[in-house]
Amino acid sequence: MTSNVSETAHALEAGPEGGDTDAVRTLKGDAWRELRRRPLFWLSAVIIAVLVVMAVFPGLFTNTDPREAFLGRTRESPNSDAWFGRDVQGYDLYARVIYGARASILVGVLASVGTALVGSLLGLVAGYTGGWIDALLSRIAEVFFAIPLLLGAIIALTVMRERVSGYFMIVGMVVAILVVFGWPSIFRLMRASVLQVKPNDYVQAARALGASPLRITMNHILPNALGPVIVVSTINLGVFIAVEAALSFLGIGLQPPTVSWGVMISDARTAIRSSPHVLLFPAGMLSVAVLGFIMLGDSVRDAFDPKSR
Amino acid sequence: MGKYTIRRLLQMIPVIIGATFLLYAMVFAMPGDPTAGMCGQRDCSPVFKAAFNERYNLNDPLPVQYAKYLAGAVQGDLGETRSGVQVIDELGERYGTTLKLGVIALVFEALIGIGAGVLAGLRKGGFMDSLVLVSTLVVISVPIFVIGYVAQIYLGVRLGWFPVTVSFDAGWGELILPGMVLASTSVAYLARLMRSNMAENLRSDYVRTARAKGLSSGRVVGVHTLRNSMIPVVTFLGYDFGALLGGAIITEGIFNIRGVGGYIFDGIHEQDNMAVVGAVTVLVVIYLLANLVVDLLYGVLDPRISHD
Repeated sequence: MTSNVSETAHALEAGPEGGDTDAVRTLKGDAWRELRRRPLFWLSAVIIAVLVVMAVFPGLFTNTDPREAFLGRTRESPNSDAWFGRDVQGYDLYARVIYGARASILVGVLASVGTALVGSLLGLVAGYTGGWIDALLSRIAEVFFAIPLLLGAIIALTVMRERVSGYFMIVGMVVAILVVFGWPSIFRLMRASVLQVKPNDYVQAARALGASPLRITMNHILPNALGPVIVVSTINLGVFIAVEAALSFLGIGLQPPTVSWGVMISDARTAIRSSPHVLLFPAGMLSVAVLGFIMLGDSVRDAFDPKSR
Repeated sequence: MGKYTIRRLLQMIPVIIGATFLLYAMVFAMPGDPTAGMCGQRDCSPVFKAAFNERYNLNDPLPVQYAKYLAGAVQGDLGETRSGVQVIDELGERYGTTLKLGVIALVFEALIGIGAGVLAGLRKGGFMDSLVLVSTLVVISVPIFVIGYVAQIYLGVRLGWFPVTVSFDAGWGELILPGMVLASTSVAYLARLMRSNMAENLRSDYVRTARAKGLSSGRVVGVHTLRNSMIPVVTFLGYDFGALLGGAIITEGIFNIRGVGGYIFDGIHEQDNMAVVGAVTVLVVIYLLANLVVDLLYGVLDPRISHD
């Protein structure tokens, strides 16, 4: 998964060039115009909007309690009462799929925002200051980059999970671990962008005029380097949702009674041969969510890339 | 080139030490008594525990423990598992299986990914292009454990085309389906990478020159465009090989393969710290070496890049 992220990152390192200096047609304006014409963008926006509403107000979609078990009706096929059927415990799969959105979206969004913040901040510092700080930060990033995301997360979760309890603590722990092992890809991207922007004349001019390093970073470097970071973070969001599900699937991420798609898929393992619907509904939902975020990232990237027009 | 290689090898040392120390510290911070269950139904005697702690330097501070471990590891001593087997012997066997799986995945990835990417890139916006774009999007978004279970049930159990699980000494034939599952996500990314490279290079000046010279379109595409489009693809394949080995943990679980991923996962559950540390240390080293080879290869493939 790391390599997928770095591949996107690599493709983006060229970054937005700024293009012609026409005052009316800015790069952002062009990109937005391009974006509005893409059906994939609108499709992904609708998917994400529905998922976010689902995560915040699950009660809008169903009145059934996702933890109400009918053991006598275990593995029931989809019917008018339980639209998606019932799982091994006799839970209503439709209600559980709805309530499961919260954990996945929460982990995905927080981990993405976290990696973007940590990676960008350190990348800015490393790229801007250079010297031994850059060397040190780059080596640290390499150390974390050398540990595969899933492997690092499995070991770290095993260490941590007996020390925390409660829904938000567990979600927070999963997020923190994903951030710790996920920030180097954003760091590399940001550092490369800064190094590319820094020698430009307008940055040198700002420095000659006596602008403080903070002002130069905020007004000149950051706006140019932010685009690729946002794109990769959006794609990473999908990746993080999938990793969270993989961890729950292995039985070490979120735990029952938490309702999440990964937990549901893990529960379904014993039943898939006789009643595949127990696996297919949560897996389908998970795939749609990942699809939404990856499509969004893809279309934003294409809109920002002058070569693809 | 020689100088560059040596410099890169030297730069790798702190990274290897940092990453393996981090993993070592995490593994030995895992909760539970490492001697639990080693003496049958009762607790181990204090004498046994003392000897155990002495054997694995558990009384020393963590950095000292790690330094002693590393000193042993360099000489080929990775310690013993809980059942008293040399970790290095078990790793040899396990890595054999996982490497086989990785090679199958890589071959599958290269064939299908490059093929689909070329077909799509030749006519951007055409039917093949849309088909490849949509199908890769679907493959990327379906998690690998779902692909694995669905492939196992439908291709293995229902249709009987492939063996459902893999036997003790995994043969090449048995590993084909797991290899395909393992490679599925990477195939999709590779096809997309190949497609965008092809489409971009087909519009470049040197391709127009080649066409203007009157070369046949087979030669323009097959020699000029394809070779240049392959450079990023080869590097992607190289980086991915390490990632595939690390990511095999789920695929190995589904198909019951006795590889490294399963070894690490079982080791974590059984608190077999030496086994886990040994396996992940070797994994990190392989991963970094694969990346180094790719970086060196890059200069060979693309004469514009010089390492001197």
